[in-house]
Amino acid sequence: MKFLGLVIVCLTGGLLLYGTMDLPNWGDPASPASTHLSDYYIEHIVEETQVPNLVTAVLADYRGYDTMFETAVVFCAGLACFLLLRDFRPGKDRYYRHIPTGVMLHFKNPDTRMIPGNEFEHMDKDWVPSDIIIKTVCRILIPFIQIYALYVVAHGDFSPGGGFQGGVIFGSSLILMAISYNLKTLLKRVTEKFLSMFAATGVLIYVGLGVLAMIMGGQFLDYGMLAPLVPWDPGHIRALGMLGVEIGVGIAVMSVMVIIYVNIVSEGRHDEGL
Amino acid sequence: MNEFLALIVAKYNFWLYIILMMIGLYAMIAKNNLMKKLVGMNIFQTAIILFYVSIGYKHGATLPIIQGGHGTHDAVIHAADYINPLPHVLMLTAIVVSVATFGVAMALCVKIYQRYQTLEEDELRIRLSEK
Repeated sequence: MKFLGLVIVCLTGGLLLYGTMDLPNWGDPASPASTHLSDYYIEHIVEETQVPNLVTAVLADYRGYDTMFETAVVFCAGLACFLLLRDFRPGKDRYYRHIPTGVMLHFKNPDTRMIPGNEFEHMDKDWVPSDIIIKTVCRILIPFIQIYALYVVAHGDFSPGGGFQGGVIFGSSLILMAISYNLKTLLKRVTEKFLSMFAATGVLIYVGLGVLAMIMGGQFLDYGMLAPLVPWDPGHIRALGMLGVEIGVGIAVMSVMVIIYVNIVSEGRHDEGL
Repeated sequence: MNEFLALIVAKYNFWLYIILMMIGLYAMIAKNNLMKKLVGMNIFQTAIILFYVSIGYKHGATLPIIQGGHGTHDAVIHAADYINPLPHVLMLTAIVVSVATFGVAMALCVKIYQRYQTLEEDELRIRLSEK
């Protein structure tokens, strides 16, 4: 099997390498990919949409349908992870630690449980003493990562950035919290219900803006029709519409990232992980 | 000799991406562990993303954000000054799809491991034939 695989790979690779002879040279301005549609985009986007970041303009305006279903794909991935893995049965073994002395308690009976408070705290099975350097550095770092994520979302129209990137940065800041503290700490602050609501809200914002354009008399996702809603700045209405869409994408991506992470590391039990 | 060097300079990045893609394909075909197959799939996707992004590059062009485009813009925009934004857009969505597929595939792996206690393909085949 391994040998057969190697033969197939060498054959395919050889054919593809032979095929590169017909590809245009690297960086050739006259290559077919850079001559037809892209010239139109580069020369007309600013006058048509008032958005200098061409990637965002193509993503959220010219290819708005594509991005909408892309967000739906991300949402479906989060939903699939939840449906595949989520396990609502309570775990059998529970572990608690007495904070002043550090004594560890192991409860094997699933019915006896303790309410964690000032004296006892819930802990993971493979508990390692948390490192104070890692905890402190992450605690200082996380707010700045989140501010940066919001900046990336909000400036997606004018500088490199956008909803997908900002959402991933925000989601990874929450994942960093789960890694540096523990999963319970994250889920106490950002509950599962909150995450699911946010994932759905993000897709809803995107579709809602499209439907709003239809209600205002235009076509689906035609942001220009939203101008009467923003009387103070009708010139930038397409940029503002894209910003709204990007915010929806960012919210959906952020919550789906955390949902996938939480479900995979804890095998759907949401009690302990990494 | 100079022609050969020019050919290498013009095409070497495509060759590297094809080699990377073949590494991913080999991992998907030949590896026994499902997790390693997934890593192979990710390498394959990365190679395609790099290929598309390098197609969008133009010599002497800068990144696709119009300079001074925020506010009133009167100067004529030349298409040769900015690289092709379209491959970047397509790959932005492809990256998101790759994250989504990877997440779902890992969830399936976790499920398989929970039921059969293994992710090796040959052991899985034995366990499946036992039942």
